[in-house]
Amino acid sequence: MPNAAAALAALADPTRRQIFERLASGPRAVGEIARGLPVTRPAVSQHLAVLKSAGLVKDQAAGTRRIYEIDPKGLGTIRAWIDQFWDTALASFKDEVEGTKGKR
Amino acid sequence: MSSPTIRPAPVRKSITVKADAARAFEVFTGRIGSWWPRTHCIAASPQKDVVLEPKVGGRWFEIGEDGSQCNWGKVLAWEPPARVLLAWQIGADWKYDPDLITEVEVTFTPIGGGATRVDLEHRNLERFGDKIETVRNAIDSEGGWTGILKVYAAAVEAGASS
Repeated sequence: MPNAAAALAALADPTRRQIFERLASGPRAVGEIARGLPVTRPAVSQHLAVLKSAGLVKDQAAGTRRIYEIDPKGLGTIRAWIDQFWDTALASFKDEVEGTKGKR
Repeated sequence: MSSPTIRPAPVRKSITVKADAARAFEVFTGRIGSWWPRTHCIAASPQKDVVLEPKVGGRWFEIGEDGSQCNWGKVLAWEPPARVLLAWQIGADWKYDPDLITEVEVTFTPIGGGATRVDLEHRNLERFGDKIETVRNAIDSEGGWTGILKVYAAAVEAGASS
């Protein structure tokens, strides 16, 4: 189970999020991922390394290329998002129940 | 064949509100649009309201500023003012998926002094991953690319020998 905090931190960077979202449609090689992004290819490789260490993507060699794809085991990310989401939602719910009491 | 199953623990939350259970239930369900964080919408249009239809099988959806509706899930159990069980059917790609069911159970327990404890459990989170595997298996299966390539190869070979 990847560290959810690391996963969220990894995705907090907009470029990394963009890279991650590119992989949502399927496995891609680094060159393909880098195409059209306003960062250098080595920078993309570095971002991919961060995503990998956060358990969000995995890679495998295909000849001389490395193919990256979303790691389906990276469910920690989703769990973390849901965890945070309900914290926010329930705090808002509490405000609504208590704050508008008797105003209806 | 089977890979180790990843089972994320359910997300559990508990909060105490200064209101009786009936009111807490009513605000949670009937007025969900009044407190639901506006930043969390999956439709293209900004979120205007969230609706939870008050019955088993009722829809759970958001309404956009442009009037469009976007499904989120449905009501699985409706037991006012003690409990509501919802199906959260938004996948890991943040899109509504009628085949995906993760459960959100909310219970309302009176704790005296006019207060109510609201317990929320969002479970079956591993199903987000199941879906990813399902998609992958479909692609790998005979019905997916493997099958298509076999048919293609057979057609090519038949063409070559004729």
